[in-house]
Amino acid sequence: MFHRESGFFKTTYAADAALYPLPIAKWTVAALALLFVVIIPLTVHEYYLSILNLIFIAIVGALGLNILVGYTGQISIGHAAFMSVGAYTAANLAVKLGLPFWITLPAGGLMAAAIGVIVGMPSLRIKGLYLAIATLAGQLIIEWTINRVPAISGGAQASIEVDRPSLFGFSFNTQGSLYFFLLFFAVLAIIATLNLARSRIGRAFVAVRDQDIAAEIIGINIYRYKLLAFAISSFYAGVCGVLYTYYFGIANYEQFQLIVSIDYLAMIIIGGLGSVLGSIFGAVFVTLLPIVIRIFMEDVGSLFFTTAEMANVISGLRLGVFGGLIIFFLIVEPEGLNRLWRNIRSYFRVWPFSY
Amino acid sequence: MSEDLEFAFALILNGASIGLMYSLIALGFVLVYKATDAINFAQGEFVMLAGLIVAVVLGFEGAPLIAAIVIVVAVMIGFGFGLERVVLRPLLGRPVVAVIMATIGLAAMLRGLGPVIFGSETRAVSLPIGDEPIVLGPASLPPVQVLGAVVAILFFLAFSWFFKKSRMGVAMRAVADNQQVAQAMGINVERYFALAWAMAGVVSALGGVVWGSMLGVDVHLALVGLKVFPVVILGGLDSIGGALVGGLIIGIVESLAAGYLDPYVGGGTKDFAPYVLMILVLMIRPYGIFGKRKIERV
Repeated sequence: MFHRESGFFKTTYAADAALYPLPIAKWTVAALALLFVVIIPLTVHEYYLSILNLIFIAIVGALGLNILVGYTGQISIGHAAFMSVGAYTAANLAVKLGLPFWITLPAGGLMAAAIGVIVGMPSLRIKGLYLAIATLAGQLIIEWTINRVPAISGGAQASIEVDRPSLFGFSFNTQGSLYFFLLFFAVLAIIATLNLARSRIGRAFVAVRDQDIAAEIIGINIYRYKLLAFAISSFYAGVCGVLYTYYFGIANYEQFQLIVSIDYLAMIIIGGLGSVLGSIFGAVFVTLLPIVIRIFMEDVGSLFFTTAEMANVISGLRLGVFGGLIIFFLIVEPEGLNRLWRNIRSYFRVWPFSY
Repeated sequence: MSEDLEFAFALILNGASIGLMYSLIALGFVLVYKATDAINFAQGEFVMLAGLIVAVVLGFEGAPLIAAIVIVVAVMIGFGFGLERVVLRPLLGRPVVAVIMATIGLAAMLRGLGPVIFGSETRAVSLPIGDEPIVLGPASLPPVQVLGAVVAILFFLAFSWFFKKSRMGVAMRAVADNQQVAQAMGINVERYFALAWAMAGVVSALGGVVWGSMLGVDVHLALVGLKVFPVVILGGLDSIGGALVGGLIIGIVESLAAGYLDPYVGGGTKDFAPYVLMILVLMIRPYGIFGKRKIERV
């Protein structure tokens, strides 16, 4: 990542696909680990930790959507609905049966995966725009069901309060301890996705995306892999929903509306489709942007708007800027921030001897 | 007529008039898809934008309705042309998913910036047609629904004339059928793409007037756009007649579901039934009732 790479020559495919592209990459990873595990939690103020926590959760969700949209080429506008499935599954299990997080978390993920497979079924017959519309219907139907069925939503407000997760009697109930809880799952998701992408399954996903007929001819069962992509993607979404639930201490369907699906689409488009690093960039960018807009508007916007209007203006501006950025990146840089990062890197690769 | 039948008749008539208003919006979607193969996820936001403009113009003291309609049609035509030039044309030849995501981005942008620019309060669009319900047998309809249905029917007549008889309409059908051949015959394909978006703008402008006066104009007006998808999937994405029939069916289904199922589930089936129907159609007959069977099986 932050190193030069002269003198290493890859002579096998295995070496090319290795998790650490160069020996020195282990040191980079070690340095990052030191930064995130030791230095940041010790030095950074709690407010910034809470932002990082939101970023960690968003990374899990963005990775999931990127597996489906970026790697497999199946569009989904129902990502937030799968999150809500995970969130409510975990919340119900945690409150009604009193189960700990290490059971509710995978359970939420698996439930979301099951629902995801059902919503993904139309992808077997139809693709592209029809699939987009089918997942949109999935989002609306799931939203409606959760909101209307008290057995799932826990009554009038459609929200369930959950205790913070605890392990061996230790409760993760401060931003600082939640930081480690969420960091663990974000890193787990990143490693899992990196490994998935270079495995047989990941390569099959890419083949289905690039040319599905050719993929079928070389022996990839595209039905299976499309449903698998939906299942894996929804599993991530479900886990992401569970993490939101534990982080906020409440499962509320308003956190998982259609607009959130668009937020996640914005993340992977801005960050870079079909790339793990892109998902991370996108999650960071989309999480930070509203904060930047809010700070900016609190300084500048008060000249134009009254305080009462401000909340509406900020949320409107946030959505508007996301929309504009989606269009901008699609037209100008379809590979997103990840591409810009690669451009910077390849510039410095031979720096200062560029010629 | 027995009471049950009268109830059903009232529901069907009410659903049909709402359904025609859905088809009016769906028409804009179909026009764009037919000519340019682009899916417009921002159709509801078009309607919202048009409604906002009408409401703002009417907000001025003594502004006549006709002026507001002329202004909104002009603005929406300009918006359609500009949109095609700035957003859609650079995406020509890119995967269909890119266009879908661009229109989703556009939808988010309009929905976000609309209230910032025009203010987020709900505005009324009052039409000079009174509030007296129009009584048809056992059913009584609000006049705005009748007006919306009439406008929708007029638009369908106008567009069927346009596509069958006028030179531009024929050229547009040629573009829709085969872009390369149309280009070889001397048709300026890009201009007709722009024209299709402008026509979608006109339809949305009128849609904004009738829907805006029925629901009031604020950001929630854009949610009408979500009903477009069941309509066009049912009718067939590239069929103008399909938009009409699809709208009628969805409107009636929605009204019947609300009338008969709401008492059992506590309301809200109206927003649910159309999507269930749509999923069924997608499973059984994804090209819809009148759509071309060019769907690619995978």
